[in-house]
Amino acid sequence: MRIEGKGLIERGTPVSFTFDGARYQGYEGDTLASALLANGVRMVGRSFKYHRPRGVMTAGSEEPNALVTIGLGAAQEPNLRATTVEVREGLWARSQNRWPTLGYDLLALNDLAAPFLGAGFYYKTFMWPRRFWERVYEPIIRRAAGLGALSGAPDEDRYERAFAHCDLLVIGAGPTGLMAALGAAKAGADVILADEDTTPGGRLLAETIEVDGVAGAIWAKEMVAELAAMPNVRVMTRTAITGAYDQGTYAALETRPYAMARRPGATVGTFWRLVARRTVLAAGALERPIAFANNDRPGVMMAGAVRAYVNRWGVAPGGSVVVFGNNDSAHRTAADLLEAGVHVAALVDSRHYATCDLDLPFYPGAEVCGTQGRRALESVTIRSARGEVRIRADCLAVSGGWNPSMHLACHMTARPVWNADLLAFLPPDGAVPGMVAAGAAAGEFSTRACLAAGLRAGQEVARDLGFKTGDLAVPMAEDAPYDIFPLWQVPGRGRAWLDFQNDVTVKDVEQAALENFRSVEHMKRYTTQGMAPDQGKNSNVAALAVLADATGRGIPETGTTTFRPPYVPVPIAAMGAGASGKGFAPERHTTSHAETEQRGAPMIEAGLWYRPSYFSRPGETHWRQSCDREVNMVRHAVGVCDVSTLGKIDIQGPDAGAFLDFVYTSMMSTLAVGRVRYGLMLREDGHVMDDGTSARLAENHYLITTTTAAAGQVMRHLEFVHQALRPDLDVRLASVTETWAQFAVAGPKSRALLNGLLDAPVDDARFPYMACGTVHIGGISARLFRISFSGEHAYEIAVPARYGAALFTELVSRAEAMEGGAYGMEALNVLRIEKGFITHAEIHGRTTAFDIGMQRMISAKKDCIGKAAAARPGLVDEAREQLVALKPVGAVKEILAGAHLFNAGDPATRDHDQGYVTSACYSPTLGHVIGLGFLKAGRARMGERVRMVDHLRGSDTLCEVIEPVQFDPDGGRLRG
Amino acid sequence: MVDLKSQTPCAGRVPLRVGPLSLTEDTPEHMTAIAPYIGQDQALSDALKSAHGMAAPGTGRMTGKSGARALWFGQRMILLIGPEPEAGLAEFAALSDQSDGWAVLRLEGAGARDVLARLTPLDLRPAQFRRGHTARSDCAHMAASITRLGDEAYQIMVFRSMAATLVHEVKIAMGRVVAQK
Repeated sequence: MRIEGKGLIERGTPVSFTFDGARYQGYEGDTLASALLANGVRMVGRSFKYHRPRGVMTAGSEEPNALVTIGLGAAQEPNLRATTVEVREGLWARSQNRWPTLGYDLLALNDLAAPFLGAGFYYKTFMWPRRFWERVYEPIIRRAAGLGALSGAPDEDRYERAFAHCDLLVIGAGPTGLMAALGAAKAGADVILADEDTTPGGRLLAETIEVDGVAGAIWAKEMVAELAAMPNVRVMTRTAITGAYDQGTYAALETRPYAMARRPGATVGTFWRLVARRTVLAAGALERPIAFANNDRPGVMMAGAVRAYVNRWGVAPGGSVVVFGNNDSAHRTAADLLEAGVHVAALVDSRHYATCDLDLPFYPGAEVCGTQGRRALESVTIRSARGEVRIRADCLAVSGGWNPSMHLACHMTARPVWNADLLAFLPPDGAVPGMVAAGAAAGEFSTRACLAAGLRAGQEVARDLGFKTGDLAVPMAEDAPYDIFPLWQVPGRGRAWLDFQNDVTVKDVEQAALENFRSVEHMKRYTTQGMAPDQGKNSNVAALAVLADATGRGIPETGTTTFRPPYVPVPIAAMGAGASGKGFAPERHTTSHAETEQRGAPMIEAGLWYRPSYFSRPGETHWRQSCDREVNMVRHAVGVCDVSTLGKIDIQGPDAGAFLDFVYTSMMSTLAVGRVRYGLMLREDGHVMDDGTSARLAENHYLITTTTAAAGQVMRHLEFVHQALRPDLDVRLASVTETWAQFAVAGPKSRALLNGLLDAPVDDARFPYMACGTVHIGGISARLFRISFSGEHAYEIAVPARYGAALFTELVSRAEAMEGGAYGMEALNVLRIEKGFITHAEIHGRTTAFDIGMQRMISAKKDCIGKAAAARPGLVDEAREQLVALKPVGAVKEILAGAHLFNAGDPATRDHDQGYVTSACYSPTLGHVIGLGFLKAGRARMGERVRMVDHLRGSDTLCEVIEPVQFDPDGGRLRG
Repeated sequence: MVDLKSQTPCAGRVPLRVGPLSLTEDTPEHMTAIAPYIGQDQALSDALKSAHGMAAPGTGRMTGKSGARALWFGQRMILLIGPEPEAGLAEFAALSDQSDGWAVLRLEGAGARDVLARLTPLDLRPAQFRRGHTARSDCAHMAASITRLGDEAYQIMVFRSMAATLVHEVKIAMGRVVAQK
C-alpha cells in the first residue's frame, strides 16, 4: 500500500499495467516490483526447482525471485527482474515457471518431494538406462525446473553497438561515484559516469540520509545536474557495466526508455564498448540474507530494500513488519518504517549487546528461527534466551550485513580478500589494471566515508593522468561506524535458503561437504549455488560461510568462487547487435552490378564480392542450358565477363623487378615493358599461395593481379615481405583493385568487338598474346591486356571505374550483336576446366608447384620465397598426388568435386584412397563430363582406369585418367 | 566514337538528410596515392609544397585545404585529393591513381560524432581527434579512412565497391542518433 507524502514517484502521472491478466495502477517512476507491492501483490513467481511461492526480495538488479516475462510474441522478453522493469502505461507482464497459474501450480508437488530432490539428486538418480538421459529425463527436468522462455520467433527488437572513450570511467552513481566523477571532471578529465538505475544517486534515493543539509536524493539530483552541464562529463543512466576486459575495455548494456525505443529508427538498447584509461569502481554493496527456516516466503525481504520501497517509491511492503538483523541496517529500517507510519511488530537484533531507543518491541540477542504462512508470510517465530514467540507479521525485513559489489574487479581472475572486521570480501588491489574500488564497493559503509573516498579516488586518478586538482570539500553526512556480529544461519527445523534463484539450501551445502565436495568450486557445481544470471550476488558469502562451518575451516581458507561477466544478464541480441542478415558483412559490388541484376543473373558470393552465376535467356529453364550456351558463345563468337574482382596491385620503384623476383617463382625482372607473364607465388613452406599475372607497364612499374579470393591475403603477404624481409628494396605497393573496372572479352570475335570500340584498332603485330598497353575508348585512356582464362583469343580491358557500368553495357550489347553476350561464373569455370587452368579449388593450400605440374616454373636462376622448402624430398616425391583430369568411361557419367579416387579393383575405403576430385563440370565443347583432381603418381598413370566414389552423395563412377589440358593443348587458339 | 557516361560511387544513394544530419558525396576529380621512395620523404614534402601548396602530412594528419588536400593514408602513404599530381612528384615517390577507387562521403551536423561512434571504434573525443586528424580504421566492418573536417563534420572513405553498404549503415546510425536524442 502507498504511504502518503513519501517517495520520488510522479504521483501526477498514474499508469495502468497488467500482471498475470489483472490490471493494476502505478505511477511513473515505479518499478514493476514497487507497483505490485503498492497493490498488495506479494506472490510474484515460483522458485526454480521446488516451485515454492516467491515474492519480491530486493529493490535492484540482484533480485533472485521476482523474475517476469514482458511482452508477447517475437518481442517477448523472459527472466526480467521486476525490480528493474519500469512501469509504463500498457505494460504487460506475467509470472514464470508455474503451470497452469501462479496461485495453483501443479508442479508445486516438487516441493513435497523435496527430501528426494536435494543436491546431486539428478546425478544419482537418472543414471540408468543411459540413453534415457538425453531423450527422456532431461527434457522432463528442463520443463519442470526452469525460468521463462523465448517465443522461438526471431526477435524484432533491435539493439545496436557503439563505442565510447574516456579518461575515467566511474561505475555507479551513488555518493562515491558522484564525488569521484566531480573530483576528476573538475580537474579536466573526460569522465563517463555510468549507473544501471534509471536515476543516479544510488542508496541516497533509498535512504532518509541528508548530505550537506539537504535530502540525499536532492543533493544527488543537483550534483548530477552540475556534472551533466560540464562538457567533459557524460552521464549514462540505465547503463550497466557488464564486464571488465583487457586494456581498460568495459562492456556496458544501456537500455532505452520504452517510449524512446518505440520511435521509428530507435533501438531498445545499446551494447557499449567503453575504453577508459582509469576506472573507479563505485558499485556500492549488496545486502545479504540470513539463512533460517522458510526464509523464502513472499514477504521476507532485505531490510535495505524495505527502506527503498518506503523512501523511494512510497510503498509499505507490509502492514505489520518484523525487522531482523545482525547490524545497524535493521535499526535504520525500523526507524524509517516508524517514521512513515508503518507498524513495526518487532525489531530482532542477534547482537546481544545491541541497544535501541525506538518505540517498538525490541529483542536483542534474539533470532528469527522460522516463518509461517500459506502463500505468503503470516507470522514469524523469534527465538531468544527466554524461549520462542510467534508474532503476526506480513513482512519480514532481514539484514545479514553487506557484501561489497566487487564483481567487476574479479572479471580478470583476481580473488577477493576476506576482511574479518567487516565480515566481507573486498576487491584486491590491482585486480583489474587501471581500476580502483572506492566507497561501499571497497568496504567503506558510511555516507561520509563514501563521499570522501569517491572524491579522493577521482582526484588521485586525475593527478595520475597529469591533470591538476583543486580543493574540493567533502560534503557533510552521517558517519556511523559499521558494527556487525557474525550470523550466517539460524539452526532450526525446515529448509533454510541460501540461493533463492537456484533453490539451494543450507542442507544442500552441508550435503555437498559430506560427500566430499569440499572445495568451494566443487560445492558450487554440485549444488548450483551462485550459478547463472545471479552470479552469487545474494548467496555467495553466506553459502561459503556454511561450507566453512561444515568443513571445519575458516572463511578465508574456504575462499570464494569467482565472479564472471556479465554482471547482469545481457541479451545475446545485444551482444550480436547488427550482425544478422546483411549486417554480418559488407557487400562488394562491381560497377556492372546494376546491369547484371537487371538481366536477372543470380548472384554468387566470391569473398565479399557478388558475381553473376549465369545470364538466363528466354526459353532456358535450367542453369546448365544457360551455362552451355555461354561456353559455346565464347568458343565460337565472343563473351564478356566482369573480372574487376581480381586483385590488382601497383608495384613501383627502382627495385620493383627484384621484389617480384623474390615473391614469384619465375623471373619477372626480365619481362619486357608492354608484356605480361603468368606467375605463381609460394608460401614460405613451399606450397602454392596464389597465381596471377604480372604486367610491366613501365620500366619501374608493374601491375600484378591476384585471384579474387586471395587479394587481401596477397596484399598482406607482400606488405610483410616488403616491411619485414626486404626493407632494403626500394619498392612501393598500392592496391588499385577498385580503381579499375576490368572486363574479359573472350572468343574468336573478341578482337573484332574491341576494334569496333577502340579509338585505334589493335592487331597481332601490335598486340600479340601476352601483350599489354594503353588504348583509348572515346578519348578515355584504358588498359588492354591480351590474356586468356578460357583458352580462346581473349583480352581484358580496364577503364577507370567511373566508366565501368557504361563500358559493360556497351560491350555486352555489341557482343550480342555478334552472336555473343555476357557470361557468368559457371561458364567461366567450365572454360577453365576444359583448358586445365587452376583455381583455388586446386591450389587449396596443401598443393605444391610440383603437384600441379608447374615445378619448372620455379626458376633455377634465382631465389624466391618458398623455393628451399619446395625442394624438400617429400614435396617432390613422384608418389605424391598430382594434378590429372578424369572422364567417365562406364555406365555412370557423373563426376563430383569432393569425391575420392580408388584403384579400380580396390574397395572404396580410407586405406585405399588414391586421391580426390577438386573440380568437375559437363563440357559442351568435349561433349562429356570432365573433372580435375589429384591422383597418386597421377602423371605416370595416363589412360589408367580409377573409381571415383562419393560416399556422401552415393556416386560410383569408373573414370579414365587423362591429361589436364583437354582443350587446345598446343595453345594455337590463344595466339591465333 | 562511343561516349561512356561516368558514374560516381554513391550515385542514386546520397544525399541523405535525417534531422540535423546530412550525408553527401564528395567527388574529387583526382585522388592519388603517393608513397615516397627510400630517403625521399623530405624532398617529396618540399615538392608537394611547391606543386600543390601543402607539406606532406605526418602520421594521422591532413594538410592542405578544401579543394587540395593531402591525407595520411597508411604506412608511408599519402593520398592527394583534388588536383592532378604534378608529374615531377614521380621522381620522389610512387604515384598510383586512386581517383575511382574510393567512395568519399561527408557526414555533417549535430550528432555526427554519435553516428560514427556506432560504426567505428576510433576515439573521436573532440580533444583527441581534432580537425585535420585522420585515421585508417574499421567502419561497419569495412576498411575505412576517417577524417575530421570540422566541428561536426567528418569524411568517411571506403572502397568504391562497398559504397552501398556504407551508405546503408550510416543511414541506419543517423536514424538511431536522431531518434534517441
